[in-house]
Amino acid sequence: MRKTECLGMILAGGQGSRLKALTKTVAKPAVPFGGKYRIIDFPLSNCVNSGINKVGVLTQYKPLELHNYLGSGSAWDLDRNGGGVFILPPYAREKGADWYRGTADAIYQNLNFVDLADPDYVLILSGDHIYTMDYSWMLESHKQNNADVTIGVFEVPWEEAPRFGIMVTDKETGRITEFQEKPKEPKSNNASMGIYIFSKPFLKKYLEEDGVNENSTHDFGNDLIPKMLNDGARLFSYAFDGYWKDVGTIESLWQANMDLLQDQPPFELNGDWKIYSSNPAMPPHYIGPDASVKKSMITEGSSIFGEVDHSVIFDGVKVGKGAKVTNSVIFPFAVIEDGAVVDHAILAQDVVIKAGAKVEGNENEITVIAEGEVIG
Amino acid sequence: MKSVVGIVNLQESHDLVRELAATRAVEALPFAGRYRVVDFALSNMINSGINSVGLMLPDYSRAILDHIRSGKDWDLARRREGLTYLPAALPGKDARKGDLKDIYANLDFAELSDKKYVLFVNASYVYNIDFREVLDFHKKSDADITVIYKTANEDKEGQTVSIATSTNGIVNDIAQSNGVKKGSKVVMSAYLMPVPTFAYIVRTTYDRGGQDFLLDGIIRHAGEHKISAFEHKGYVARINSTAAYYKANRDCLNPEIWQELFMNKERPIFTKVKDEVPVQYKDTAEVKNSLIANGCIIRGRVENSILFRGVKVGKGAVVKDCILMQRCDVEDGARVENVICDKNVMITKNRWLKGVESFPYIVTKNARI
Repeated sequence: MRKTECLGMILAGGQGSRLKALTKTVAKPAVPFGGKYRIIDFPLSNCVNSGINKVGVLTQYKPLELHNYLGSGSAWDLDRNGGGVFILPPYAREKGADWYRGTADAIYQNLNFVDLADPDYVLILSGDHIYTMDYSWMLESHKQNNADVTIGVFEVPWEEAPRFGIMVTDKETGRITEFQEKPKEPKSNNASMGIYIFSKPFLKKYLEEDGVNENSTHDFGNDLIPKMLNDGARLFSYAFDGYWKDVGTIESLWQANMDLLQDQPPFELNGDWKIYSSNPAMPPHYIGPDASVKKSMITEGSSIFGEVDHSVIFDGVKVGKGAKVTNSVIFPFAVIEDGAVVDHAILAQDVVIKAGAKVEGNENEITVIAEGEVIG
Repeated sequence: MKSVVGIVNLQESHDLVRELAATRAVEALPFAGRYRVVDFALSNMINSGINSVGLMLPDYSRAILDHIRSGKDWDLARRREGLTYLPAALPGKDARKGDLKDIYANLDFAELSDKKYVLFVNASYVYNIDFREVLDFHKKSDADITVIYKTANEDKEGQTVSIATSTNGIVNDIAQSNGVKKGSKVVMSAYLMPVPTFAYIVRTTYDRGGQDFLLDGIIRHAGEHKISAFEHKGYVARINSTAAYYKANRDCLNPEIWQELFMNKERPIFTKVKDEVPVQYKDTAEVKNSLIANGCIIRGRVENSILFRGVKVGKGAVVKDCILMQRCDVEDGARVENVICDKNVMITKNRWLKGVESFPYIVTKNARI
């Protein structure tokens, strides 16, 4: 394999149990987002746009749909000679097989792949965040600091800081002096984004130690980062000030979708930084003679005959005459029949809301209908 | 369909399309918000299991080459078979008009393939078909040639080739006329025949100075061959004039036609992928009976129109009975009615522009009004 400067590794094995009904059949990174995307499109597109074109995707939980979606990687221009996307599920060895026991273990179990790719740096990403970011600047900062590890951080409101892993840094240099995992009394509001750049030999050394340590939970945040700090390694933060959203819960997933509907969205999907996705072969959507559509995003293959207000509509969705869809996210091929009402809801793929039926949630509790269910 | 090689002909006459086809072939005209006309012929081929397809290039081929590239978006970039470009005959070598000289120049493509049949189609037609049914029909009919036709559902103007058939479905007359009546059987310029029959017709017609495959090849040889006729019952539009182009686009606003052409799960229409964002409808948007392609941002009123990828409609702007191609920008308060805007046209603030339904006003590429 051709040598690469920076190898991307996307942790895409998470179950996403807090997304409840939406991850019954798919892994969290394969959950639809923003009208035509899947969550994993964001880290993948960020990699490609940042010039990283060798990317490993570590899968584990219900990987079929994710594997199917990634295919050869051509949708992201990642079907490359000597590069591209590599799908890395757990596999059996002479002494048996292990699931990935934690984020660090997932990389540890694939150290042979990392060696094969032979990078100078390894970029580790999680597959459950929505953001657009140029990793090449972060890599540049890593090199300039002569760092062992660079961690992407994001300023969160102080009152939310106790929910995150907090990096306490030296204001002048950005060097990390202390790491607090979900602290009651945070000393900083710089939350870890779960984005790490490691110098490869350094990473390999720590992973090999951690891999055989039976007392470890094999997690970057829990085990490796504190140990590295303890050992006096050079850990630096890299501050990101764009839009960044963890979409690990129903409410945050819904909110991130709604964020796209603002008149001036907090982050631009329409700009030069393209988000790539697997495009279905479908026509422009059709808006019927009596339809009304406002403050919404709608994609190809849908047909709208009713009212859609403040909602995100994926491909192949049908909204019947007199039906009303508000404040909702409708996944591919869901059907909302004539006169049905959907408010503050997320409908998964192939859901059918029968004529006249109602699905209503509210701002504090978004109603979720699981894939293929028929209501009413 | 492993026994069939496809040839897609991109040589529809430009004469009646004028402005829109000044720098591109008719088959390269943008269609229905995200397609080009040629997508139908190519998608029909691959959806019918024809994996070896030759593309006869038109005079202006840049738009076509840029659109199709390796053929990957149609699944035609293959290790074996796939897409083959068939360039036009050298102009210096043969000055005659028509498509026949180009077919003749590329005859070895069909002859050297290991296929039994050739399916030759003109790509200026919009339809969704399963050619497997045509092959089955052909095998059962015991004919030398099968032509595909559509029964006209209204009177049609312009040069049209139609057929008459005997009760057993065999063609007993084929002729060109200027306009046809409702109910006529109109040839869709798609033919299936064994490769040797195809080669024989092309060679003998070429040697006798023929120019046009249909007129000089098929019609003049009609007496020598047993021709059967396969009726395509679905929607068909031939794009051979500005009016036909305008009408066919607007036909796609009929949900049944939209469904039939594009939403068949077994036979999707493929096109070049552009990774556009879903359409953004803002607070002031008001859209009725329209097709809106991804990448559009709508703040104004849109009615009975087709908007291609990346079109912007500003606040208070009105777009009525229009076709706006890629990246057109209708600024705040502007108004366009019965207008076809080619790519990248800008209608600046508060300008009004109006054509009539039978004669849409055409704005050429990159114009700023």
